[in-house]
Amino acid sequence: MRRRHLSILALITVVFALALYIVVPNSPGFPVQVGTRDFSDLEFRQGLDLQGGLHVRFEADPAPDQEVDADAMEAVRQIIENRVNALGVAEPVIQIEGDTRLIVELPGLGGPDPDCDPAAEECADPLDDAIALFRETGELLIVDTGSRPYPDDEVFMADPEDVVLRGADLQSARVEFDQLGASMIAFELKPSSGEHFERHTSTHLGQWLTITVDDIVINSAVIEAPIRDEGVIRGTFTPDEARRVAIQLQYGALPVPLKVVQNLTVRPTLGEESLALSVRAGIVGAVLVLAFMVAYYRAAGVVAALALVAYVMLVFAIFKLVPVTLTLAGVAGVILSLGVAVDANILIFERTREEVRRGRAVRRAIEAGFNRAWPSIRDSNVSTLLICAVLFGFGSGGVRGFALTLAIGVAVSMFSAITISRTLLRLAVLVPGVDQPRWFGARSTPEEGAA
Amino acid sequence: MFDIVGRRGWWYLVSTVLLAPGIAALLTGGLKPGIDFTGGTLLQVRVAADTTQEAVTSAAQGAGFPEAVVQMAGESDALLRVRAIDVDEKDDLLTGLGDATGPVEELGFSAIGPVVGEELTRAAIIAVAVASGLILLYVTWAFRGMQHSVRYGVAAIVALLHDALFVIGVFAILGHALNVQIDALFVTALLTVIGFSVNDSIVVFDRIRETSRDYVHLDDDERPGIADIINHSANQSLTRSLNTSFTALLVLLALLLLGGPTIRDFVLALSLGFAIGTYSSIFNAACLVASWEQRDIPRIWRRVFPWRRASTT
Repeated sequence: MRRRHLSILALITVVFALALYIVVPNSPGFPVQVGTRDFSDLEFRQGLDLQGGLHVRFEADPAPDQEVDADAMEAVRQIIENRVNALGVAEPVIQIEGDTRLIVELPGLGGPDPDCDPAAEECADPLDDAIALFRETGELLIVDTGSRPYPDDEVFMADPEDVVLRGADLQSARVEFDQLGASMIAFELKPSSGEHFERHTSTHLGQWLTITVDDIVINSAVIEAPIRDEGVIRGTFTPDEARRVAIQLQYGALPVPLKVVQNLTVRPTLGEESLALSVRAGIVGAVLVLAFMVAYYRAAGVVAALALVAYVMLVFAIFKLVPVTLTLAGVAGVILSLGVAVDANILIFERTREEVRRGRAVRRAIEAGFNRAWPSIRDSNVSTLLICAVLFGFGSGGVRGFALTLAIGVAVSMFSAITISRTLLRLAVLVPGVDQPRWFGARSTPEEGAA
Repeated sequence: MFDIVGRRGWWYLVSTVLLAPGIAALLTGGLKPGIDFTGGTLLQVRVAADTTQEAVTSAAQGAGFPEAVVQMAGESDALLRVRAIDVDEKDDLLTGLGDATGPVEELGFSAIGPVVGEELTRAAIIAVAVASGLILLYVTWAFRGMQHSVRYGVAAIVALLHDALFVIGVFAILGHALNVQIDALFVTALLTVIGFSVNDSIVVFDRIRETSRDYVHLDDDERPGIADIINHSANQSLTRSLNTSFTALLVLLALLLLGGPTIRDFVLALSLGFAIGTYSSIFNAACLVASWEQRDIPRIWRRVFPWRRASTT
C-alpha cells in the first residue's frame, strides 16, 4: 500500500515539475508543433483589457438599394485582414458575426509613440486611427510592373503612371477550372475599359501585371495574349487561393460601407494597472486562504495548502498550453477559484473529522472521509460546469474568458483534491505522531448529536 | 444540534425581510441598466489630482454633452457616461475636459450602439432561463434515487432565484443611492452566483440522501421522519458551508478592497451572492424540501400572510 502511495506521489511530482517548467517566465517550452500550435511559444495570452488594445464591431451599412451577401462580407473580412496585418499586431482576431457584422480585435495595439510630444507636433494615435483606416473604401489597382513580378502579400506602392486598370473597370471575376482541373480566375471588364486594356496587353506581351488592393500585392501574372473584354489568370492556385483572389478582384475595394456599432479602447496604462492590482489582490487572498486552512485543519490544512499550490501551477500551465486568453474578468475568475478550490478539501476534511469524532482511527477516517465526500464533490461541481457552459454560450470576449478560466479551475480543483490531497494525506499519517486526532483539529471524544 | 428545520418559518421570514427592500428598490426603477444594455459611451480618464466631480461634469456639459454623468474613482480617475459617440466626438470631449480641468489622459473608451445593447439584454435573459432549466433537470436527475427528486430540483431553483433576486435587489438599492449601473459583467456575476448557489444546495441534498440511506434498514416506525433527517443533514453541512464560503469570501474581499475600480461592482455582486448562497442552501433549499415533504407549503402562506386565513379557510 505504502509503495503504491509513493509511486502516485512520484507521478504527482513529475506532473508538478512539468507544470513548473511550463509556468516559469520565458519558459523554452517544447519543440513540438500540433497543427498551427507551436508549443515552443509558451506565454500567457493577455486579453486587450489587460495589455490595452482595440475591439471594434462593425456592421455593414449598405445603400438603400444595395444587398449584402456572404461573398461581400468575406471580401470585407479579407480586405480588413490585410489592413490589420499592416498594423503588425501579434494576435489579431478578425471574424464575421452573423450575416452583416465583423469583429476586429487588436490586443496590444498601443497608443501614440511615447517619444512624441503632442505640444510640438501632431502625434498619430494608432488606437484612434485604426477605425478610420478600416472604414476607408480602399482601392484595387492593376499595375504594369514591366519585366518582374512582385511577391504576394507584400506592400507595393504603385506609381500612378503605371496603373493600367482600377477596380471600377472590372465587371466580374470568378473561379473556373481548365481541362486538367487546375483552378484559374476568369474576369470580365466593363465595355468602356476594354479598348484601353486591349491596347496595353497587345503592346506589353510577355510583361507582368500585378494586382494590388490597398497597396498589398494580391497576385502577379504574365500577359500571354491581348485581352479585350474577358480574360483568365492562370497560376498554381489551390481552389481556395483562386477563390480568394477572385473575391478580391470582384470587390476590390470594400463592397459596402462599414459603421461602428461597438468600440472598446483600452489604453495600455489602464490594462497594466488593472492587472497589477488584481495580481496583488490574488496573492493576498491566497495567503489568507492558506493561513485559514492551516489554522483550522492543522496537518490536513498543510496538505490542503500544498495541494492549492499544485493547483495554481496546474491551472497556469493549462492556461499557457491551451492557450487561454486571460481577461480581467478571467483573472477574477482564477482568484475566485482559489477560494473555491479548497472546497473539495474542506468537504473531505469535515467528513474525516466526523469519522474521527465517531471514534475511528485517523487512517480509517481519512479513507471514509474521501469516499463519503466524493459524491457531493462530483455532483456539486458538475452543476458549476453546467453554468460555465451556459456562460460560454451566452457571452462574448470577457464573459467567455471568465467561463473558461472558471471551468478549468473547477476541473483541476477536483483532480487536485482527489489525487494530490489524498495521496499527501495518506503519506502524512504514516509519519509517527501525525495520526493523532488533534493534528486534524478534532477531538476523538464523540460529540453530542454526532451519532 | 440546532433545530434548523423546525424553525423554518423564521427563516422564510428572514428571507422575506432580506429581499423586501431590494424588491421595493427594483419596482421603483432602481436597477439602472448601463451602456452594455442601452447603448452609450463610457469614457475613463485620468484628470489632474483634486479635480472635483462637479468640475468634470460642467466641463463635459460645456463641451456639448449636457447628458454627461460623471463618477469619480480612486484619486484622480473619472468615469464619464454620455450618448454613443465616435472617435471624433470623443476627441472634442477630451479637448473640452483638458481646457477646463488641466491635463487629461484617456484610459479607456467604450461606445456601444443601442442595437448591440438590446441583443445583450436578450442573450442575458435567455442565459439565465437556460441555466435554471438545466439545473432543474440536472438536480432532478442527480437525485433520481430519492423519493420526489423533482422537489429537490425545484427547491434548488427557488434558492437560486432567491439569491439572484437578493443580488439584483442590492444593486437596485445601489442604483437609487449611488447611481450604480449594471453591465455585462453583472450578468456574468449573477450566473456564477447561481452556479455556486446550486453547488451549495447539492452538497446539502447529498447529505440528506446519505443520511436517509443510513436509516433504510430500520423499520418504518423506528426510522426518523424526513424532517429530522433533513435537520440532521443541514447541521452536518453547516461547518463545510461556512468554511467554504468563508474562504471564497476571503479572496473576494481581497479583490474588493485591492482589485481596483474596474471590476469592483463585479466582485461586489459575487461577494453578495456567495454570502446569501450559503444561507439559502441550508435555510431555504433544505427547509423547503422539508416543508414540501410535510405538506405545509400552504401553511407558509398563512404564516406570512396571517390575515388571509379568514378568506382561505
